[in-house]
Amino acid sequence: MAAQPVPHPAVNYSTRVDEISPRARTLNGIRAVIVLLIALVMLIPVAWMTLTAFKSRPDAVAVPPKVLFEPTLEGFVSLLTSRRQLTTQQIEEYSQRTDLNWADQIALSRGQAITGPSNYPQRLANSLIIAGVSTIFSVALGLLSAYSFSRFNIPGAGDLLFFILSTRMLPPVVVTIPVFLMYRAIGIYDTHLGMIILYTVFNLSFSVWLLKGFLDEIPREYEEAAMVDGYTRLQAFVKIVLPQSLTGIAATTVFCLIFAWNEYAFALMLTADRARTAPPSIPSVLGTGGIEWAAIAAGSLGFLIPVVIVTFTLRKYLLRGVTFGAIRQ
Amino acid sequence: MATIQLQQVEKKFGDVYAVQPMDLTIQDGEFVVLLGPSGCGKTTTLRMISGLEAVSSGQILLNGRDVTWAHPSDRDIAFVFQFFALYPHLSVWQNIAFPLQAQGESGAEVEKRVAEVAALLRIEHLLRLRPGALSGGDQQRIALARALVRRPAAFLMDEPLGALDAELRETMRAEIKRLHIDQHATTVYVTHDQIEAMAMGDRIVVMSNAVVQQVGTPADVYHKPHNLFVARFIGSPGMNLLSGGYADGIVALPGGNRYPVPEAWDRALRARLGQAGRVIVGFRPEATRIGGGGALTATVYAADMHGGYTMLHLSLNGEDGEMVHARASRQEHFKIGEVVRFDLHPDMVRFFDAETEVALEEVR
Repeated sequence: MAAQPVPHPAVNYSTRVDEISPRARTLNGIRAVIVLLIALVMLIPVAWMTLTAFKSRPDAVAVPPKVLFEPTLEGFVSLLTSRRQLTTQQIEEYSQRTDLNWADQIALSRGQAITGPSNYPQRLANSLIIAGVSTIFSVALGLLSAYSFSRFNIPGAGDLLFFILSTRMLPPVVVTIPVFLMYRAIGIYDTHLGMIILYTVFNLSFSVWLLKGFLDEIPREYEEAAMVDGYTRLQAFVKIVLPQSLTGIAATTVFCLIFAWNEYAFALMLTADRARTAPPSIPSVLGTGGIEWAAIAAGSLGFLIPVVIVTFTLRKYLLRGVTFGAIRQ
Repeated sequence: MATIQLQQVEKKFGDVYAVQPMDLTIQDGEFVVLLGPSGCGKTTTLRMISGLEAVSSGQILLNGRDVTWAHPSDRDIAFVFQFFALYPHLSVWQNIAFPLQAQGESGAEVEKRVAEVAALLRIEHLLRLRPGALSGGDQQRIALARALVRRPAAFLMDEPLGALDAELRETMRAEIKRLHIDQHATTVYVTHDQIEAMAMGDRIVVMSNAVVQQVGTPADVYHKPHNLFVARFIGSPGMNLLSGGYADGIVALPGGNRYPVPEAWDRALRARLGQAGRVIVGFRPEATRIGGGGALTATVYAADMHGGYTMLHLSLNGEDGEMVHARASRQEHFKIGEVVRFDLHPDMVRFFDAETEVALEEVR
């Protein structure tokens, strides 16, 4: 038989696990530098856009490109205002006035006078309303239908899911003309409602599939436990399934929002003025008499910010990954 | 507490029976174990009692009330899942309080009841943690606490020990049994482990292929199996089953062995078979009496030392290499290849019809 186990001799080396070997530290350092470099490369276009937004007209098109320059709000003024060109005599006259604010000064330095606000804020607001509402609808409706597909025996579920997916199989541009004709006929051409319906429907296929994947991962036993614990299915859904699918909901929200926010082809064809969103309107500030690069960059910057805010708000859920289940497998 | 009655309850998936029509009455305070190999319909039966699975036909009565079509939440039963199903986004305290909140209990009452049940299961120190961080045994205790806290009419448990390791299973088995005795709670318990079933059940319902094979006390299903399936399934190893030809009070067994049938059984066999016919002899390993002579001869094929006893594998030297498992005391030693004579304890022999595989009854 085996001998009695000998008690362990006292260990004379550190068993602490929070001290990392120098080798591992160096490797970690190298990894960090590589990641940083990749991140920098990825950020260059955004950084360049941001710089350009603050450049004056000659600086924006200078060759070689200027990294150091005197920042100006010229681009933002051109973006947010409509202006008219002044004659030499008018410039003379304007220069004498004392009631000009800083924006007027900037316009004047380019020989222009501000006549009113531009429609950019309106377009950005349209984008916010249409993308925001359609995202809420696509995620909410998608969640309900994904839950049904995931939990109930639906006759022909596979075919239905394929049908839902098939709405994605042809490029949007192909259907813009028919949609345009239909929308004009029923009077929702160039309305917020029309664009919200369109983006919701377009995103639904995506959200149903994505959310179904997440819901399938949540064991049914949780809801069953809640139901025998005295809750209805709806209560079990709200109290048990919903909190656990936050990761999936966050991911779906971000994807749906990004699609609706960036969509160009439909927006160009199906909106004119009232409901025109930002993507097709930014190129329209190209301007007369030369391309206003600074204004375009400023417009893109404003367009970028809402998506960045939403993604940052939801990053906790996006990063959390798979739930720590108390179901042992 | 409650009685549960199943009346001709069945479950079909398409044309396939998951559970053939079954009748079962579970008495108030009884611990009934549904036992069977996987896919035999035991879990489906449990889920039908809970209402998580709809019956295809038949009726389920709880305390005489027809709950066949009642929602699970309206049945006042608690369900303990194999994988516990503790809500991962809630703390242990919230998990246990969850069913009480469904009943709309006041905050103070919830506090009191959770504290009581936590003390009972010795999990007070875990209440603030999330279930994901706990060991299997602790998760199991919390699942039990969540079931107990409601004081439901009946407990349904679906292999609650299946996810635990062997040592913990022993401990938790004792804890569940003790809880059942203290709470006097009607319990339906599903398992595929016959040792667990024998140890815990007041009554065992043996199921196979969607059919109830036998309902009886652990002693009944062990000593008086109703058919060959139960005889093989219960016990480890199962009952020794030898096919032989009966004629004039003697069963001719493989290897030229001639077994004289005890008198009570002889009358039964004669009544069933007449003068001669095929029959299956069944006996438990502990029914063998080795040494001191005997009617049967065999060769020792292998001998396993089990600590408290020795399990012998005896070859009857028949054409098909029939083996018999025999239990001998640990003091005895057998050489491989040794020829032994043995006898069977007359009270521990059973006979089965060779055609129907159903047990015969003694005629006293």
